[in-house]
Amino acid sequence: MNILETRHIVKQYAQHRALDDVSIDIPRGQIFGLLGPNGAGKTSLIRIINQITGPDEGEVLFDGKPLGPEHISRIGYLPEERGLYKKMKVGEQLLYLAQLKGLSERQAMEKLKEWFVKFDIKTWWTKNVEDLSKGMQQKIQFVATVLHEPDLIILDEPFSGFDPINANLIKDEILELREKGSTIIFSTHRMESVEELCDHIALIHHSKKVLDGPKKVIKEQFKTHTYHVEYQGSLNDLNPAYTILDSKKLEDGYLRTNIRIPRDAVVNELVRDLIDQVAVRAFGENIPSMNDIFIKAVGEVPTT
Amino acid sequence: MKIIFLILKREYLVRVKKKSFLIMTFVTPLLVSCIWLVPVFFAMRDIDQKKIEVIDESGKFEKTFKDTKELVFKPVNTAVETAKKDFAKSGYDVLVHIPKDILENPKSLKIYAEKNVSLEVKNGIEKAVEQEIENIRLLDAGIDRKVLESTKVDVSSDTYSLSEEGEKDSSSGAATGIGYLCAFIIYFAIFIYGVQVMRGVMEEKTNRIVEVIISSVKPFQLMAGKITGVALVGLTQFLLWILLTFGISSIMSNVLGMESLGPQKRVEMMAQPPGTVRNATVEKPKSEQKSSPVTTVFKAIGTLNIPLIIGCFLIYFIGGYLIYSALFAAVGSAVDSDTDVQQFMFPITIPLVLSFIMAQFIIREPDGAVAFWMSMIPFTSPIIMMVRIPFGVPAWEIILSVTLLIGGFIGTAWLAARIYRVGILMYGKKPSYKELVKWMFYKA
Repeated sequence: MNILETRHIVKQYAQHRALDDVSIDIPRGQIFGLLGPNGAGKTSLIRIINQITGPDEGEVLFDGKPLGPEHISRIGYLPEERGLYKKMKVGEQLLYLAQLKGLSERQAMEKLKEWFVKFDIKTWWTKNVEDLSKGMQQKIQFVATVLHEPDLIILDEPFSGFDPINANLIKDEILELREKGSTIIFSTHRMESVEELCDHIALIHHSKKVLDGPKKVIKEQFKTHTYHVEYQGSLNDLNPAYTILDSKKLEDGYLRTNIRIPRDAVVNELVRDLIDQVAVRAFGENIPSMNDIFIKAVGEVPTT
Repeated sequence: MKIIFLILKREYLVRVKKKSFLIMTFVTPLLVSCIWLVPVFFAMRDIDQKKIEVIDESGKFEKTFKDTKELVFKPVNTAVETAKKDFAKSGYDVLVHIPKDILENPKSLKIYAEKNVSLEVKNGIEKAVEQEIENIRLLDAGIDRKVLESTKVDVSSDTYSLSEEGEKDSSSGAATGIGYLCAFIIYFAIFIYGVQVMRGVMEEKTNRIVEVIISSVKPFQLMAGKITGVALVGLTQFLLWILLTFGISSIMSNVLGMESLGPQKRVEMMAQPPGTVRNATVEKPKSEQKSSPVTTVFKAIGTLNIPLIIGCFLIYFIGGYLIYSALFAAVGSAVDSDTDVQQFMFPITIPLVLSFIMAQFIIREPDGAVAFWMSMIPFTSPIIMMVRIPFGVPAWEIILSVTLLIGGFIGTAWLAARIYRVGILMYGKKPSYKELVKWMFYKA
């Protein structure tokens, strides 16, 4: 069952339609990548899910029921633009934010203790936020987002501002949260993290949803039926049904060539054909990266 | 409600724990106490006795100089020149020389001292001599001083206001004072704490924490919590100011050795220029001591409707603060930086500043048409009505004005909240007034 569904969401600002008939289903227990270029409408959608603003048309269902104030405590939100009260102590601030999400002070305290031990940041408790580095503040904010153990966690560019070590730490936390059954909406421009983490993606472009589905299925859709081969010798006598896209000489004298085959062709025949002619060192399918898919999907949509 | 309370608690504690709050809270009463006590202290300081040597060559002033707390007179018979020469060793502070021909030549009176003689001492001695000369001349002319005294009349009036309840002692002086004081406090409280609300909103916006907060609470809850939190900070601060000012004043007056003076006396001393105090003591006590203006004021204050004034003060204080702080919150939400604040602050502060300026005209004509209308408009009524109330305002006017104030607050808060909820999420360019109006009509 889907934890969250949006149905035909429209959000209109004065001269600008931020969301135009956007319907997406977010399956429970998955990491859902919400992608799109800058200004596509991701933040507007996220704000609607967070009930910061309401849609002009359409509806949002949480657990099958219309989204309402009772769901606030079940959602955790890490906005792209991070912010904490600078002059407030770390501990007090986290307690406050947790209480706003409906935890009692005691519950919040217990959970915070666990996180402070886990991240080994016990000494930060009495520090003012402004005395922490940016990365440290991000960590605090991450804790604030997930402290109340929400069912749905919305992370907008969660890795920005982290060094690789801490980015890894956060990544592991995200995966662990999924293990525990949380659903994560993950909005980012960094396609390598989408590649790595997301089970499901949706792509919004010019206020419309242009792509949606499990990552595997989407990759399948964007397959170009091209293969690469590294070899020595010359490929002059290839079956004319196959197209050589490009070829370049590698430093060690081998050639690397990309070949496209017709949609209905059998790969084995290509392999056979290659082996007959040249000494093959490596062969593989060119699987589209998320980056390719992103550029392709966004590029295909007319910009009107 | 629980959420608003949480927000309120944070807003309150964060501000109260700030160093600047502590400093302001403790330094202000200290300053006020100093302003209040230092003049008194100095006025009292030269109460330490001055010893005055009197060389009376005319022999007519033996009984003129009576010792007082501050001045001790000692007639001596040495020649002026020797006295002058030995003055430094004599231990006296002042030397008064009354020459033989003082009656014919009153300007020949001479006062010597090592340091400059204080004006009061000089005046006192001159007055005493003057009076004695007058007496002597009158006696010479066959008129007794007492006869003359009895011909002097002292006219001073008490003002009375005639109302349905009959003749009532009123003092326009006290009413003016109270009215001004209330208006002044409200004016400054609105500014100080209204701006604090605005800064708080701007802090949240520029920090970007607001997005996290309003994913948990409604913007209106955040605004309401902030406004009430800051209001409580203001009330706490005022309460501490009052308590500390009294506390510090009494400690300081003890330290400065003024304990012998009751508060009443201290007030009297403050109210009168020090010179007059001194004169009164040097002069022969008048048969009928005129009551000092301060006691009159105290008496007059007693005749004012104090519970009504305090009640109205609280209503207008809180009402005025709420209206303006809602507007300040809206301004804070609309801007990104301090530099943009001015443009929006200006129109908001106009009614406030205007009513403060108008207060001094209205105080002269508290029942005029301008006074009436300005005390009905919610944006000016907190100041203008408080100026009028000590003079007596018909009940229906107060009720109408308070109703309008409450209505005005609800309307302002509603509009402000609508700007606020959009403004806190808008970054980048400075909005125009047109856009602000548009924001009000956005669907939530």
